[in-house]
Amino acid sequence: MASRIVTFNLNGRDVEVMVKPLTTLQTVLREHLRLTATKSGCRQGGCGSCTVLVNGEPVLSCLLPVEDVAGQTVVTLEGITPVEGLHPIQQAFFDNYAIQCGYCSPGMIMVIKALLDRNPNPTRQEVMDAIAGNVCRCTGYESILRAAEDAARRLQTV
Amino acid sequence: MSEVASAVASEVKETFHVVGKSVPRRDGIGHVTGKTVYVDDISFPGMLHLKMVRSPIHHGIIRNVDFSEAEKVPGFVRVLTHRDVPKNLYTILCLIGVGPDEEPVLAVDRVLYKGEPIAAIVAETEEAAMEAVSRVRLDLEELPAVFDVEEALKPDAPILKPWGTNYFIYEGHPCRRVRFGDVEKGFAQADYIIEEVYNTSPIEHAPTETTACVAKPEPDGRYTVYTNTQALFFTMDNTALILQVPFSKLHFVGGTVGGGFGGKVDVIVEPIATLAAMKTGRPVKFKYTREEEMRVSSTRSAWRMYFKDGVMKDGRIIARKVISYADSGAYNRHTPYVITKHAANVAGPYFIPNVYIDVYCVYTNRQPASAMRGFGVTPASFAVECQMDKIAETIGMDPWEIRFINAYRNGDMRPHQKVVEDATLIEVMKAAAELAGHPLPEHLLKMHSWDRERA
Ligand code: FES
Ligand code: FES
Repeated sequence: MASRIVTFNLNGRDVEVMVKPLTTLQTVLREHLRLTATKSGCRQGGCGSCTVLVNGEPVLSCLLPVEDVAGQTVVTLEGITPVEGLHPIQQAFFDNYAIQCGYCSPGMIMVIKALLDRNPNPTRQEVMDAIAGNVCRCTGYESILRAAEDAARRLQTV
Repeated sequence: MSEVASAVASEVKETFHVVGKSVPRRDGIGHVTGKTVYVDDISFPGMLHLKMVRSPIHHGIIRNVDFSEAEKVPGFVRVLTHRDVPKNLYTILCLIGVGPDEEPVLAVDRVLYKGEPIAAIVAETEEAAMEAVSRVRLDLEELPAVFDVEEALKPDAPILKPWGTNYFIYEGHPCRRVRFGDVEKGFAQADYIIEEVYNTSPIEHAPTETTACVAKPEPDGRYTVYTNTQALFFTMDNTALILQVPFSKLHFVGGTVGGGFGGKVDVIVEPIATLAAMKTGRPVKFKYTREEEMRVSSTRSAWRMYFKDGVMKDGRIIARKVISYADSGAYNRHTPYVITKHAANVAGPYFIPNVYIDVYCVYTNRQPASAMRGFGVTPASFAVECQMDKIAETIGMDPWEIRFINAYRNGDMRPHQKVVEDATLIEVMKAAAELAGHPLPEHLLKMHSWDRERA
């Protein structure tokens, strides 16, 4: 099948990519655009390391054909990282040691970003529900929950 | 806080700059911004991708492998078989004197486990490599397979090793042995004999980042290998031996590991990816799929451990006999060493004057087992501590007390002939009891690691 051109808004600017049908958003981000903050732990929807925001909602980019985001807004971890310093969620992850090997961190941070955007003051259970699709094999869940709560506090005071 | 704990805490505070304090993670900023470069984030212009043709059966003879359809796949570059590997047979612990070599990089005429690599296909894209792999036609003759350690040691079991047994040979013995005192005499004197068998399952390490490397030819004739191995120099040395090149030809770059837990200390992807880079003159990436990580990469071995203890009414364990079997799977990897550590620790952190230990490294048709957090000590600890509870229950003693009575003291001799010099179990148990809010009786609180009086 012939390749197609797909246009979408990525981290605030319009991008245009030429892809074969069913190419995933993950492949486009990591391999075509070389944005590797979005990870690739399983490529089968099982780990959450590839989570990005599409119109503000967390999605698994490994399962999403890029054609499905045509004309829409995609935000990756690169998109929320300031030129200098850290986003409050990133700072909370760093300060609370919510990182061990770091491979799950980009997906975790994006999921928590989506949660706090829609619910600035979540309960612990709501944070747990939000990260339910994200695996941390280094088993840092407790510190990740603390980081999410800390991030919520920081975002309310900025 | 107990006396000892607070003394230690204040000494730590005064003496150390980092121990006892939280310090910012050096790699933390990279992790939270996604700027940390993991191996799969690396790519180079003209980079090829490698995928393995794997055995679909647990045990069999390779009659023929036909690549003719695979070669027609657009993007196919080349295939590598055992004939291309300079020193195809290896065993990674040869670096510490373990032998003989027994695992092929690529299978020659026989496969011993489901998923064993038979040939490597290199292609322009990962998809093309996968497509070509799926078109390889394997003609295999299936043989009976064995999946249980004790079944594998029966006389009628299929024999998996060229030396004619299904066990590793330790200095002429079928197992790693420890002998201390006279265990039979101990059993004869004991008030109670307590026997149990403990089993543990194989465990996959399941790192979030799968095993991967990129091998890149350099203009000066060297090869740079970016890898997420947990054992950089160990892997480089084995790669050089397998490829029969001087170490100076290889430049290994590593240190960033997306989870390992012992699952990334086997030398698996680097030799074949480097060979592919040599044969094609192009950078080559070999990254396990999640399925390969879960189904093919090595696991913690399955264990079966038979315990027989002789115990006195006052709680002293005076004899312990352990026969353990570790399922090494089809090949050695790190298991021969895992067994040695198990043998040294399976009597537990307890003083027992009569000990008899046999630990077998058994081959089966499972995927190879290898290192995982604790190298055989973890299953030993599981069995030992279950056994301590069982002893306490049988003789009607408090499970804390049985451990305090038998805990190592400085100066005790361990079964493998090492004098204990740094015992801390009693102090650790006191601190643990305190943290758990469990009051200990006065006579236990009076015990110390430096006092060998046990009553
Ligand atoms: S890579 Fe997408 S869920 Fe694992
Ligand atoms: S920090 Fe390693 S997977 Fe979460």
